[in-house]
Amino acid sequence: MTEILRVEHLKKSYDGFLAVNDVSFSVAKGELKALIGPNGAGKSTCFNMLMGQLKPTAGTVWLDDKKITGLRPREIWRRGVGRTFQITGTYPSMTVIENVQMALMSHHRKLYAIAPRAWRLYRDEAFEFLKTVEMEDQADRPCSVLAYGDLKRLELAIALCHRPRLLLMDEPTAGMAPSARIALMQLVADIVRVQGVSVLFTEHDMDVVFAHSHHIMVLNRGELITEGSAEEVRNDARVQEVYLGGGTLFAEAQNA
Amino acid sequence: MAFFFAQFLTGLANAAALFLVASGLSLIFGVTRIVNFAHGSFYMLGAFVGVTLMDVLPGAVGFWGAIILTGLAVGAIGAFVEMVVLRPIYRAPELFQLVATFGVILVIQDLALMIWGAEDRLGPRAPGLRGVWRIFGEPVPKYDIILIAITPFILFALWYLITRTRVGVLVRAATQDREMVGALGVNQARLFTGVFALGSALAGWGGALQLPKGGADLLMDFNIIGAVFVVVVIGGMGSLPGAFIAAVLISVLSVFGVTYLPQSTLVLMFVVMAIVLIVRPYGLLGREEVAGEHGQVGAPETPIRPYGRTGKLLVAGLLALLAALPLFAEQFVLTLTVDMIVFALFAASLHFILGTGGLVSFGHAAFFGGGAYAAALLVFHTDTRMELAFLFAPFAAGLLALGIGWFCIRLTGVYFAMLTLAFSQLVWSLAFQWRDVTRGDDGLVNIWPAEWLNSPAAYYYFTLALGVGGILFLRHVIHAPFGYALRAGRDSPRQAEATGIDVKRIQYAAFALAGAMAGLAGGIFVFSKGSVFPTELEIGASFDALIVVFLGGVKTLAGGVVGAGFMTLVEDWLTRLEYWRLLLGLLIIAVVIIAPEGIVGSLRSLWTRIRGTESEVTK
Repeated sequence: MTEILRVEHLKKSYDGFLAVNDVSFSVAKGELKALIGPNGAGKSTCFNMLMGQLKPTAGTVWLDDKKITGLRPREIWRRGVGRTFQITGTYPSMTVIENVQMALMSHHRKLYAIAPRAWRLYRDEAFEFLKTVEMEDQADRPCSVLAYGDLKRLELAIALCHRPRLLLMDEPTAGMAPSARIALMQLVADIVRVQGVSVLFTEHDMDVVFAHSHHIMVLNRGELITEGSAEEVRNDARVQEVYLGGGTLFAEAQNA
Repeated sequence: MAFFFAQFLTGLANAAALFLVASGLSLIFGVTRIVNFAHGSFYMLGAFVGVTLMDVLPGAVGFWGAIILTGLAVGAIGAFVEMVVLRPIYRAPELFQLVATFGVILVIQDLALMIWGAEDRLGPRAPGLRGVWRIFGEPVPKYDIILIAITPFILFALWYLITRTRVGVLVRAATQDREMVGALGVNQARLFTGVFALGSALAGWGGALQLPKGGADLLMDFNIIGAVFVVVVIGGMGSLPGAFIAAVLISVLSVFGVTYLPQSTLVLMFVVMAIVLIVRPYGLLGREEVAGEHGQVGAPETPIRPYGRTGKLLVAGLLALLAALPLFAEQFVLTLTVDMIVFALFAASLHFILGTGGLVSFGHAAFFGGGAYAAALLVFHTDTRMELAFLFAPFAAGLLALGIGWFCIRLTGVYFAMLTLAFSQLVWSLAFQWRDVTRGDDGLVNIWPAEWLNSPAAYYYFTLALGVGGILFLRHVIHAPFGYALRAGRDSPRQAEATGIDVKRIQYAAFALAGAMAGLAGGIFVFSKGSVFPTELEIGASFDALIVVFLGGVKTLAGGVVGAGFMTLVEDWLTRLEYWRLLLGLLIIAVVIIAPEGIVGSLRSLWTRIRGTESEVTK
């Protein structure tokens, strides 16, 4: 399998505290990979460094053998990386479909156009993306009245607009009802299968992780402690220690 | 050398009052997040109350006693203002508080005029400190030396209060996280009132202490507010030592400026500020603001829609009425309507950057006045044809906005607002002090339109076409991809950046466009009046536009236009009265408290409510 993302010796320190310490991994084409770990393990910090929201203290991120460390989020997006956030960041003053249209205007490089009416642009295309995430019946509702789970699905539709080759999803199912979680991850799995997109996601819900990911990495206190298939990770003694007791309490208290 | 040293001492002495006022503003901002524009008014009150008390109280004890009492009195006034005006609107968007403090300025101006009259007061000399001391042979007023000696004690006392007392701990905690402090059981309302009173008292002391050097007059409030903001921004919002360093820096520099570069005194401090902010965007000792602090507060804006049938008919009807106006209206009605359209375009351009872009600019008058001056200067100095000079107005204002925006766009929230204010003051001081070119406050006169436009009706149609055209153009841009991108950057900069939108560049372009449109309004303005004066560039002019946008409603596209119409009519009617500022100020405060959605917003809410209840009844 060819690699799409390679991370080498990624490191982030805050005043000497190592939030992420020497993390290296790669994501293969068409892979659905999970990054798990307890609170404060450094998952979101990792994600923010991959997507350019944070500058790493050291280390390199390669996308298709091109270095993307130090690039801004929008430049990384232009190179084909989509992202959804742990706390959603849609545009509350627009309707659901306008949120998608906005991303399409960026995709088609129409941001500085002042002649066309924005709500007419790419409406059909946006509607197709909404269909993908089964949101088409809510297209014209104001985004500010959506339920949280629907916001998450909308974010996914927006992230797909630039036809990304890699999707980074930070806790895609946080705050959702159990049935909705499974539906959303099923959707993501379908997208991976049909469109050949690679997905890297972080998650708290172990059911979601074990049911859907091809490959799992476990992060604890800033370090990757193991990786492998669901079966391997489930039976790993160090993972059991991290999740069932042992050294995590202290680490969580320190990061709180 | 000795002269040099004496100058330095004068600068240090001037820094005393400036530091007092600035530290008060910084404290108030730090805890309550209110940018208190009325702070200069408390300084002015300090001067007037001080003069009055010094008249009553005799001798040295009376002099110093009067100064101490003045601070307490002004502090009490500050507490009153906080409780009556600001307490009801802490949860409202920051622009509301700002506009409310502007209302307070107007009220205090007229009250001071009523109580103390229009005449300037000379401050009494400090008893026992009338003469000079010779330092290296140079005379230095004794009072200056005393001020220099007092200032470090004030700084120390404030520093002790903030870092070493329980009250100080609360204040610092509230500066970092108001909600948490409230959740821990601290009475927030009392803390805010207390801090506001302390800040006002500091301004009052500043006003009283400078009496022997400056006296008291009714222009003090606006004269100091620019310098105070510069000091607070250079020092870093919320930092007392920063305010001290900046106050000394600015005061000493302006003393040397008066001696060596007398034409540049007003410009100098803004140049210093620009340099500091380029090197350190959050001031010398300031910290980066917590992101999200100045996001949208209150209910989110509803998605924008093209006008429905009713709306389109309304606009068409209004336009038809405006087009037919010269057929039956008298000339003063035409003139008033021209003023209204000019103001509406100016306000619409501010609304574009403020409402759609979320960038609260305090210096938008720089582009309005800048455009007016650009056209007027061409006509005045080179006898350029009116048509060409007129086109130059939006062009020059757009260029000016590109220049100013290059510095400002990198900042956010209050720092952005302050820097735009400072740059507009820079433009104002250029117009005011560069007499060879701009003729200073004599203004540029005899700037009349070309022959074919030189009748009231002709110029009226010219204004109607370009003014209404400009407003409709801005409205169209808001509905275009560019306007959407601007709104996206306001709603969620993180999401916008993560989907390929260069938020800062979009904002920069929007800032330039807003500047050019304000310049267009300025161009129409200058040829309708035939003259332009530095007043068009004053802080007050920027604030008129802010108030108008706010009155109309920030979250509604028609807000700026409706607000401008309302304001022009109200001002035309009010300014015939003697104490119109008082009434206007009270009106503004009343609107802030009673109709916080603005005129259009409140009407719309009312309409939805009526319609809502009707549809429920029919069910």
